[in-house]
Amino acid sequence: MNRILPFSSVDGPGNRTVVFFQGCNFNCAYCHNPETINRCSDCGLCLSACPAGALGTRNGKVIWDSTCCTGCDACLAECCSKSSPKAVYMTIAEIMKTIDKVRPFISGITASGGECTLQKEFLAELFLEVHKSGLTAYVDTNGSIDFSKEKMLTNSMDKVMLDIKSLDEEEHRMLTGMSNSIVLKNVKYLAELDKLYEIRTVIVPGLLDNGCNVVETGRLIAKLNPNIRYKLIKFRPIGVPDNMKKTPIPSDELMEELKNYAEKEGCRDVIVV
Amino acid sequence: MSDVLNIIKDSTLTYEQKLVSLARAAENTLDVLHVSEEVQEYMQEGIICDLNEGNAPYRPRYIVPDYERFMKQGSEFLRLKPANDIWEATNNLLILYRHVPSITTMPVYVGNLDTLLEPYIKDEEEAYKAIRLFLMNLDRTITDSFCHANIGPMPTKAGRLILKAERELQDAVPNLTIKYSRLTPDEFALEAVRTALVSAKPSFANHEMFVKDLGGNYSIASCYNGLLIGGGSYTLVRLVLARLATKAANTEHFLNEVLPGAVSKMAEFMDRRIKFIMEDSGFFENSFLVKEGLLYKDRFSAMFGLVGLAECVNHLLGAQEQKDKFGHSEEANALGHSIIEKMHLLVSEHSNQYCKAAGNHFLLHAQVGIDTDLGISPGCRIPIGEEPLLHEHLIQSAPFHKYFPSGIGDVFSFDETVKNNPDYLLDIIKGGFSAGLRYISFYASDSDLIRITGYLVKKSDIERLEKGEQALHDTVALGLGAVRNSRILERKVRHDE
Repeated sequence: MNRILPFSSVDGPGNRTVVFFQGCNFNCAYCHNPETINRCSDCGLCLSACPAGALGTRNGKVIWDSTCCTGCDACLAECCSKSSPKAVYMTIAEIMKTIDKVRPFISGITASGGECTLQKEFLAELFLEVHKSGLTAYVDTNGSIDFSKEKMLTNSMDKVMLDIKSLDEEEHRMLTGMSNSIVLKNVKYLAELDKLYEIRTVIVPGLLDNGCNVVETGRLIAKLNPNIRYKLIKFRPIGVPDNMKKTPIPSDELMEELKNYAEKEGCRDVIVV
Repeated sequence: MSDVLNIIKDSTLTYEQKLVSLARAAENTLDVLHVSEEVQEYMQEGIICDLNEGNAPYRPRYIVPDYERFMKQGSEFLRLKPANDIWEATNNLLILYRHVPSITTMPVYVGNLDTLLEPYIKDEEEAYKAIRLFLMNLDRTITDSFCHANIGPMPTKAGRLILKAERELQDAVPNLTIKYSRLTPDEFALEAVRTALVSAKPSFANHEMFVKDLGGNYSIASCYNGLLIGGGSYTLVRLVLARLATKAANTEHFLNEVLPGAVSKMAEFMDRRIKFIMEDSGFFENSFLVKEGLLYKDRFSAMFGLVGLAECVNHLLGAQEQKDKFGHSEEANALGHSIIEKMHLLVSEHSNQYCKAAGNHFLLHAQVGIDTDLGISPGCRIPIGEEPLLHEHLIQSAPFHKYFPSGIGDVFSFDETVKNNPDYLLDIIKGGFSAGLRYISFYASDSDLIRITGYLVKKSDIERLEKGEQALHDTVALGLGAVRNSRILERKVRHDE
């Protein structure tokens, strides 16, 4: 696990606890939390960067002491492996214990990442427990695993929030290093099951053909189910790799224009964040 | 007399505000309460504070008329017949409001407006126009944002029209509370949440909890005061725990000697105030509100206020670092509970024959502070600037709420992006109420209208007053003081945490 966020207003319906899994199979140019991509290699580079003495080693493994950590993230800045020394192994019981503390205040949990579906068996088991406590279980995914072949996970989850980073195969490969064919297959499959809560697209001026992406994604959503929420996310140069730090933030006018495009295609629930 | 001349010459006061200040100055020339020297000493030290209630109380501080009865019978004294349509209904209410006394000279409660107006909603378009004008009239003529309206717990056409108008008007007056019950449909509650995110109201009151403590005939008046309809509170005096703590050698001394002594002094002072209202002022013998059955003296009690629990606890423990302070350390929170439990016990041991509404007792009240309070947090609240994560904050605060049937509440500022997800806030409200919260208020970080402590003020009005311009509402001056002394604009903005 990378971390658990007790309250979130942006990861699905209502208030949700978000469980961020460590590890991702995409390598997006604009990744906002690259420290979630790989597991820690225990190289120890981060040790000297920590001003609070919260990092150490035991048996060649990097150990993190949460009680001393001030959350300055100097360790993440030092890491060359797109990882975090703060990621921890947790059992389902341990995760449920954390969730139970806030259970009256939330509608459910959202598994995010990293890419949570890379730990799909664990996820399916976690969701069974989540449902037992009367909560809903949502998945925030890059859509790279084929949900039609993962019945255990698909049956155990309520709904999915999925990124369509680009509808263009070549652009998708350029951005993420991966094909979008499974992503698009999942969109159709999950929409048919009525398990698609939200599609997201990050708007990056200069890097992507944003207008084309939004129009075509909007058209696809409208055809499948116009009530699926389409969330247009402003690129912000926070937490991104150095080469993306100077990329401009899209203007409010551009975001509004793109929102209008999607609505013209027939989407009924388009939001800009 | 220099005070009087200062009032007359003050260029920031409106004519109306001068009049009220002059009346107060006149009242304060009297000495009819014969307050004991011990109490006077505590008052001079700012430990006991009567919140400018005046030296000769000639009406109860908070009056909550039975507007339902008024709507049914009209008023002989005001020569008003029961209304036949929405225009007559709102007109009748506006006339009555002009004659409801209170500490502010303006009504602190204007009724459960949705159920009062619902019988007159025929054509919704016409009703909306009437309700919108009615609410605008309240804002421009009741120039004090301690004026409070209630709606709920069940949805009504009138309730929806009130919320719609509030979203449009975004005015400071009236303050507004929705009585939220487990039976309130989500869809109506969400409309209230959406309204609060653009107009900083309504606040949400835990209906089941108030009904359990006060019965079904309760209202929310002034800031967030739970009072009986047809009654109210004679007085609200507060004990400033932050200052009282400095009198104690240690925690045991505070709990066993200093606190009991102060509670007893303050109770004696409150007794004197109530005695004067009941036996000398003639209020209950002469007011048409009493004669016409809109007020009953057996529905009154009195509010025993306290403020600055956080600073009191931190002082007693010598806590300097945040991790050791109230709101963060288990020891500090536990001491907070011990203090409130002790106060609850001490206050419930005191008896006053005129407080029939609460079995001859005073009710504890977590007072929200005044504009001149410097470094003193409202009631049992965690100081601004030291707020923990939202879930920890709610879990820390909730257990205090059960002790305060006459009012306690928490205020939160939320990032404007939560407007995309009103269910998020409804989940928090539901969770908070199931954890024992009595009352919760919130506003969006981009809102001009904000909740200062328990009342609403526009930030733009504060800026105008700061430049020396007059402000229509007298509460703007209180807001300005609170912004300067209590870091109101630095309240933590909640998002994802």
